[in-house]
Amino acid sequence: MSRAALLVLADGRFPAGGHAHSGGAEPAVAAGHIKDAVTLERFCRGRLHTAGLVAAGLAAAAAAGHDPLLLDDAADARTPVPALRTTARKLGRQMMRAARATWPGPDLDALAAARPRGAHQPVVLGVAARSAGLEPLDAAYAVAYENISGPATAAVRLLSLDPFDATAVLARLAADLDRVAQQGADAAARVALEGTDALPAASAPLLDITAEAHAAWPVRLFAS
Amino acid sequence: MTLAVPAPARPGTAALPTAGLRATARITARADGVGGATRLPVLDGDGPLALRRVRGYGHQARVCVVGAMSAPLGGDRLAIEAVAEEGAALHITAAAATVALPGRNAGHATYDVRLTVADGARLEWLPEPLISAAGSDLRMTTTVELAPTARLVLREEQVLGRTGEPTGALRSRLTVRRAGRTLLDQETAYGPGAPGWDTAAVLDGHRATGQLLVVEPERYAEPVGVRLLGEAADGAGQGVLAPLAGPAALVTAVAPDALRLRHLLDEAARSHLQIGL
Repeated sequence: MSRAALLVLADGRFPAGGHAHSGGAEPAVAAGHIKDAVTLERFCRGRLHTAGLVAAGLAAAAAAGHDPLLLDDAADARTPVPALRTTARKLGRQMMRAARATWPGPDLDALAAARPRGAHQPVVLGVAARSAGLEPLDAAYAVAYENISGPATAAVRLLSLDPFDATAVLARLAADLDRVAQQGADAAARVALEGTDALPAASAPLLDITAEAHAAWPVRLFAS
Repeated sequence: MTLAVPAPARPGTAALPTAGLRATARITARADGVGGATRLPVLDGDGPLALRRVRGYGHQARVCVVGAMSAPLGGDRLAIEAVAEEGAALHITAAAATVALPGRNAGHATYDVRLTVADGARLEWLPEPLISAAGSDLRMTTTVELAPTARLVLREEQVLGRTGEPTGALRSRLTVRRAGRTLLDQETAYGPGAPGWDTAAVLDGHRATGQLLVVEPERYAEPVGVRLLGEAADGAGQGVLAPLAGPAALVTAVAPDALRLRHLLDEAARSHLQIGL
């Protein structure tokens, strides 16, 4: 394996379309829940331990080589609102295009053929990580990091937050990130015996509710 | 069940506590011939889970879960199993809220609900809220198995702390399988030991949260339209009604308290789902 591939995959400049999404930060800023670095950190911590944990488990399981179509179904069951299912598949489709150009392989081709409109993004990322020769834990790290770097970057644009402060927020969440990535990888290691029920299913009611509210806004800066 | 490994507790796998109560209540509903009234060949309460048959409605059988003593306490292992056999109509309510309390002995309590609904059967699981009292530690699972033409109405309400007190630790997993596929799988983790739960991504100061799930294979063959409930700005809570990736509608709501949560769920049921609870 090449650990350097992880840097390519997790790079914010990897052309997978994530920059157009705020991960729920845009409605949270509008509601006054994110207004500075402190509130951004709280939001990101809540998101990381819920949506981030679920994504980490899915990505690690896909990177371990488990059936991505079963994992895609598991992702649907863990995503109770259509706005977030649509976003996950849209991001999955974009990730697929970038990944097939970067680390071409039969697993990516097979998933693209089976889900032409896009599989859930963490599943695609996991298959891409496998294609790049990375480990399940690497995939869990990449997806968990993206889960908080997205909202942090969005907050810089939405609030004119100092980018140094936003980056410091991500650094302060490093221990949480370690924990979530490890939890995701540990759960993925049990899928062979227990099936996809072993994967985390942590829910975040406000992310679900505000995602649908945000999708109905007539004008918005971010797609989600 | 731990945060790291939110696998649902399975029957018989929970470690036996050194102390604490172990009780499983069982209900089986059976239709008396095609279109006939629903009978209850099994209605077995156990320990704190007493069961009362109450007056039915049409062909439906109704059961009320009566809390016969204070439970669950730390260390308790409680379970309810309800089966609606082919063509049966079963409606289950509770006489009062369930309050999770700290026990004399340390250790968490478990409460496992297992619901099975056969083809042509309809189950309404409408308990009162689960209240997590300060210092308590409860791990709850609700596992539903639905046959392809089974119908379900399920309400789940969680209240974090009694009035004016902090919440206990409450972890809950809801898994709904339909025709061999998982339709919905959600875990909530609130209170001490659950990182990030009281943030703008999860509950943001709300102390009551709940869901209303309606599975109707014919009616929701076409997905239900998304509806937003309540107003974030007025402090009365907010929610959303949305279609699952299957023939089902799910209402998710958060509110400052149990009363306003129930109002949001009832409103969604009456105005948008056209069902009476």
